[in-house]
Amino acid sequence: MTDSHSALLIAVCAVITAALRFIPFLIFGKKKTPPFISYLGKVLPFAIMGMLVVFCLKGTSVTSFPYGIPELIGVLTVAVLHIWKRKTLLSIIAGTVIYILLVNFVFI
Amino acid sequence: MNSLKQDIRRALKATFPVFSGYIVLGFGFGIVLHSKGFGVLWALCMSLFIYAGSMQYVAIDLLSGGASVITMAITTVLVNARHLFYGISMIDKYKGAGKMKPYLIFALTDETYSLVCTEDEDNSHRYHLLVSLFNHIYWVSGSVIGAAVGSAFNFAPKGIDFALTALFVTVFVEQWLSSKDHTAAITGVLSSVICLIIFGADSFLIPAMLVITLSLTVLRFIRQRKGDKNDD
Repeated sequence: MTDSHSALLIAVCAVITAALRFIPFLIFGKKKTPPFISYLGKVLPFAIMGMLVVFCLKGTSVTSFPYGIPELIGVLTVAVLHIWKRKTLLSIIAGTVIYILLVNFVFI
Repeated sequence: MNSLKQDIRRALKATFPVFSGYIVLGFGFGIVLHSKGFGVLWALCMSLFIYAGSMQYVAIDLLSGGASVITMAITTVLVNARHLFYGISMIDKYKGAGKMKPYLIFALTDETYSLVCTEDEDNSHRYHLLVSLFNHIYWVSGSVIGAAVGSAFNFAPKGIDFALTALFVTVFVEQWLSSKDHTAAITGVLSSVICLIIFGADSFLIPAMLVITLSLTVLRFIRQRKGDKNDD
């Protein structure tokens, strides 16, 4: 992998990210937002977040050791702690520490 | 109208939760990035110019795997498509921001959006600018420190990248608790799992996004028809 290809990938990512943030202001800056776009704007964030959770766990194998048990415990820790305390940072740190302990010391 | 000093104080206070989150997540990003062979300068450039937390984590995989430009472009569109909708809801608010406007739009991350979208008469464009700028500084600092610590101690415990999974789970739970209608959340998870099984880990993201958009469109159509019938 060359540095110039990596730099190109970062530039592409930066330009497209910025474009996505600017496009609504350029298109709908003056007009009223169409109802279908407003609808997608309302429901997509919920669906995308579910997709991103699955994306993060995509490499987990449930058919071979450790059968996704560390991931399951990690996700449950985060979810339960968050429902209980609703403190984002606490949920993230506790879940990550437990997961690190599990994959380094328990499921090895 | 608040003085500059008051605005700075209010912005620092409002951004404190983001400060802790960005320092930790940025740190994690820097460490993971370094563990894949990209040091401080890469972390600095990515956090400065891309400035999108979850996308940068996803980008680590693509960078270290030597992905094609097309894959990077499509993945960026899919992962960051939600920013389109933040923009839509900030159109009126950022009107008249003048010279600050391009930066305000560029810096509209999930966390910044959650702070600037709230209604408050005291929130001037200058206040929005300070909130955006402070968050940007936290994120860049966190990632550079992470990459530096990574190179100094070669420190990257196995499993540290679970921090990102944890972040998404908290946002998912937060959204779940804040809404009575879980159809979209369930659609997102189900479509993704089904596409993951069918297309495999390396290529399920694009089909999943298409299936999600299509399902939500069909769902709206069905609900509208039901609504029309109920009106009769």
